[in-house]
Amino acid sequence: MANKSPAVDISHLRVVRGGRTVLPDLSCTIPPGQVTGLLGPSGGGKSTLIRAIVGVQKVQGGTVEVLGQPAGSAALRRQVGYVTQAPSVYADLTVTENLRFFARVLGARTAAVGTVLDQVDLGHYADSLVGRLSGGQRSRVSLAVALLGEPQLLVLDEPTVGLDPVLRRDLWALFHDLAAKGRTLLVSSHVMDEADRCDRLLLLRDGQVLAEGTPHALREATGADDIESAFLALINRVGWQPDRQNGTPVRTRDKEVAP
Amino acid sequence: MTPRVTLAVAGRVLAQLRRDHRTVAMLLVVPCVLLALLWWMFDGNAGIFNSVGPPLLAIFPFIVMFLVTSVTTLRERSSGTLERLLSMPMGKADLLLGYALAFAAVALAQSLLAVGLTVGALGMDVQGSVLTLTVVSVLNAVLGTALGLFVSAFAETEFQAVQFMPALVLPQLLLCGLFVPRDALPAVLEAVSDVLPLSYAVAAMREVQAASSWTSDLVLDVSVIGGSALLALMLGAATLRRRTA
Ligand SMILES: Nc1ncnc2c1ncn2[C@@H]1O[C@H](COP(=O)(O)OP(=O)(O)OP(=O)(O)O)[C@@H](O)[C@H]1O
Ligand SMILES: [Mg+2]
Repeated sequence: MANKSPAVDISHLRVVRGGRTVLPDLSCTIPPGQVTGLLGPSGGGKSTLIRAIVGVQKVQGGTVEVLGQPAGSAALRRQVGYVTQAPSVYADLTVTENLRFFARVLGARTAAVGTVLDQVDLGHYADSLVGRLSGGQRSRVSLAVALLGEPQLLVLDEPTVGLDPVLRRDLWALFHDLAAKGRTLLVSSHVMDEADRCDRLLLLRDGQVLAEGTPHALREATGADDIESAFLALINRVGWQPDRQNGTPVRTRDKEVAP
Repeated sequence: MTPRVTLAVAGRVLAQLRRDHRTVAMLLVVPCVLLALLWWMFDGNAGIFNSVGPPLLAIFPFIVMFLVTSVTTLRERSSGTLERLLSMPMGKADLLLGYALAFAAVALAQSLLAVGLTVGALGMDVQGSVLTLTVVSVLNAVLGTALGLFVSAFAETEFQAVQFMPALVLPQLLLCGLFVPRDALPAVLEAVSDVLPLSYAVAAMREVQAASSWTSDLVLDVSVIGGSALLALMLGAATLRRRTA
């Protein structure tokens, strides 16, 4: 692990949106072959960070390197799968029509359509219009599109919102399957109880990395029982300022703990 | 640009249209109904129908395509699918040409119906061939599509997109020579109408009506229409940004 170069390497990223500095100066790395959870309160900048990694966000400074190349490079467009926060599929087409279209755009095999349909458990809805599906089903169609081209890096913005516990468990199992095959996943969520399903966490608040490390290490560092309390503990530290020291699995300002 | 991707986009746009019966009716039936209504209005007066028929054969496809394209592409922009597509290996030209291709196919069907109706059933007098008339009519529709693609970049809602109709299309309609011959317009307005693409669309239709062969005027008009459509598509491509704020 230690000698593998990170799948995503961000340093001093600065993003201003609509006149407001959303990410003032963000640095972090995402290791390959793992599921990294991006957690934090609403408006904290999760989607903005994700957009910067995918290369669709205008940035004001810093560098974002993805799989060894600058984010947004043409060569990366085949290697990065992206699920936007709002499902971005065509409501007036059926599930299969959507998948076939995106498969053609990606140059993926037609057989991939059936595979991803099974992966998101929508086989029974293959011929339903997306506009007539439930919110959770629709977001799974959107997820299926991202799985089509078997991308090396999957960047998923709140893919499990609105899903029941069983489906959520199945999807997380899928994420870990993919990671076991060497793919890298970045999954955002503001549901803290999903934190424990991640190999690694990145806590983001007000555009700053509060902490990064394994869920276990994070709980240890704060002495909290669960991630939600750990998160609150981190926020409540008086005078807390984000800090960055390389090579430490968990970093908070006053404490460092190995996983 | 990849033909596979361009065709995928065109096929998808057509598949979406097929589901939307009301829009199909608007694209195919409404122009015909309007032309028939016009013929009926000038009950028995073939002269007037002959003089307003050809300009309207240019104007209806232009307006209808402008409207449908600007709303459709706006929907693509606001639904997040555009952001997703641009993060995929897809050229901007693939997207725009895919749209242009799909709507050109619709325009062809629309023109065949409208030309068939006016020339065949309603007895509009045309010296030029029906083929030429159809070609010019399709080109006008493509021009409407290209302009619609372009302006959709400047609208944030479908409501705003529709507002481009009175703002950008109606002035062209007034100045295109339908109401007052262009050379009879006040000098300033004539100069303005010289740079409006719809003026050339109407002029081309009149050329086809008056002459049985491709006159140099017709060639010029058709080149201006094609050039404007191409320019609008290129401007449209410039408004498609992979990175947004
Ligand atoms: N299109 C936009 N234009 C201007 N500002 C924006 C835009 N989108 C988001 N912002 C601002 O950027 C900040 C971070 O937003 P972002 O969407 O990244 O948060 P988030 O962590 O994903 O939140 P959520 O959990 O609610 O999705 C917010 O303060 C928001 O006001
Ligand atoms: Mg978000």
